[in-house]
Amino acid sequence: MRVEQIAVFLENKSGRLAEITAALAAENINIRALSVADTADFGILRLIVDNVEKAKATLKRNKFTVGITNVIAVEVADKTGGLAGVLKTIEEEKLNVEYMYAFVNNSGENAVLIFRFDDMDKAIESLQRTGYTILSGEQICAL
Amino acid sequence: MTLYWEEEIETLPRIGLESVQLTRLKHLVARVYKTVKPYREKMDAAGVKPEDIQSLADLVKLPFTVKEDLRDNYPFGLFTVPMDQVVRVHASSGTTGKPTVVGYTKKDLKTWSGLMARALTCAGATSKDMIHNAYGYGLFTGGLGAHYGIERLGATVIPVSGGNTKRQITIMQDFKSSVLLATPSYALNLAETMETLGVDPKSLSLRVGVFGAEPWSDNMRDEVERKLNIKAVDIYGLSEVMGPGVSMQCLEGKTGMHIFEDHFLPEIIDPDTGEVLPPGEKGELVFTTLTKEAFPIIRYRTRDISRLIYDTCECGRTLVRMEKVTGRTDDMLIIRGVNVFPSQIEHVLMGTEGVEPHYQIVVNRVGNMDTMDVEVEVSEDIFSDEIKVLEKLGNRIRADIKDMLGVTCKVKLVEPKTIQRSDGKAQRVIDNRKL
Ligand SMILES: [Zn+2]
Repeated sequence: MRVEQIAVFLENKSGRLAEITAALAAENINIRALSVADTADFGILRLIVDNVEKAKATLKRNKFTVGITNVIAVEVADKTGGLAGVLKTIEEEKLNVEYMYAFVNNSGENAVLIFRFDDMDKAIESLQRTGYTILSGEQICAL
Repeated sequence: MTLYWEEEIETLPRIGLESVQLTRLKHLVARVYKTVKPYREKMDAAGVKPEDIQSLADLVKLPFTVKEDLRDNYPFGLFTVPMDQVVRVHASSGTTGKPTVVGYTKKDLKTWSGLMARALTCAGATSKDMIHNAYGYGLFTGGLGAHYGIERLGATVIPVSGGNTKRQITIMQDFKSSVLLATPSYALNLAETMETLGVDPKSLSLRVGVFGAEPWSDNMRDEVERKLNIKAVDIYGLSEVMGPGVSMQCLEGKTGMHIFEDHFLPEIIDPDTGEVLPPGEKGELVFTTLTKEAFPIIRYRTRDISRLIYDTCECGRTLVRMEKVTGRTDDMLIIRGVNVFPSQIEHVLMGTEGVEPHYQIVVNRVGNMDTMDVEVEVSEDIFSDEIKVLEKLGNRIRADIKDMLGVTCKVKLVEPKTIQRSDGKAQRVIDNRKL
């Protein structure tokens, strides 16, 4: 129940993000979610795409440093309290979040939260036990 | 009128000087062959015996010594005397993790202090001077080397070493320092601090500055002379040969530093072929020590680029002059007085991540301060999707460089292929300092 995420190293140069999205668009790769984490000196771009292998090959061809990591996608109703509920569970279950970001599906009914935990197995077990829906890669792409 | 420390030898006609050199060279080669295995092995491999050295021209038969030889025999393998006769060691940074170690007998220290006194006399210093020694004291040869030369001269030494610039200025005012020994960049630092404090250099007793241990341009010399209201002269030395006092600029001559040829035999070679170049040509400076006991060295390749000037000097000294070092044959950098080899940075990066790093060293001079940025390409091997992991990596590299080299730098993580490459070879160093 893990989703593969692509991470790309970015120097803080303007235009690099646009180059990445253009390169992926040229290969008909669909970006489902995107987040940039940065410091004063560099940034990390994280992407959920519909074709991980092709996206990785495309970016490598364009001389980017690319890594693939597993993340967990949790679906919650896109209404007040949806995120708060998950975070409360995470706290109660004593899960350590390395990072997280979110996107809303096309219908706008549900939000998808992307998490990276230090202990992924424990996180999946806890979230499932407390009744959350964890999406697979295919499910995300089908949203 | 020119002041000399040892007038007879300093003004000896060349024929007399060469005869002194040859006697000493023969003695040295015989002793080194007998006592130091690595030298004996190299000479045997080259098919040369001590008795083959019958004239100074025979020097070319001897194999070169390079910094790697010192590293391979770390720490004391090239010493020619038992350790109980070694009374001091000094060390400088090597091309990889380990430093280069040199040693001195009692007699070596006496020779060195004498040569340093000779050098100070070239700069017009006498026993009446109050000499402000701002070279660093410690493993580096600068501080202690100069120190004992000043005492030998009979002048008063102020062993201030480096740092605490405000206090140094107070000392200069109160003790009436008349001669300053420092790196040229520290001299400029002193001048600027004086400006900030509103201290007029003309109110000080400073007359002359003896500057060395790092490259400096004629523009810098002009600036130091103007800002400190002194005459600035150049001193040259390296620990492998002795330390400061291998050669020294005189007050009278317009250019170059007199090599103390009765103790150090210079050659200029083509760095690519190793051939000795005709007099006056520019090339790599090579030294053979003629009188050192604990750590003599034969045909040591300094990697410094210079030229020998045989014209008679206005000061009357017959000792050949070497031009101010204009560059290096390797890519050694001097950052705030510390020798830095790109291979050392590479060594640290290998140690940190265990992979061959792609990196570049960018050096700038901001004000009078050298800054060093180490740019490291983020390969898949070291990449992480977590900010804190990459930040930790950068911090660890910075700390390791500081530990290993003693230089503070900034580590910048960059995208692959951002580092300039020419002919497929990465350009390891970009030195933006205008020297
Ligand atoms: Zn002279």
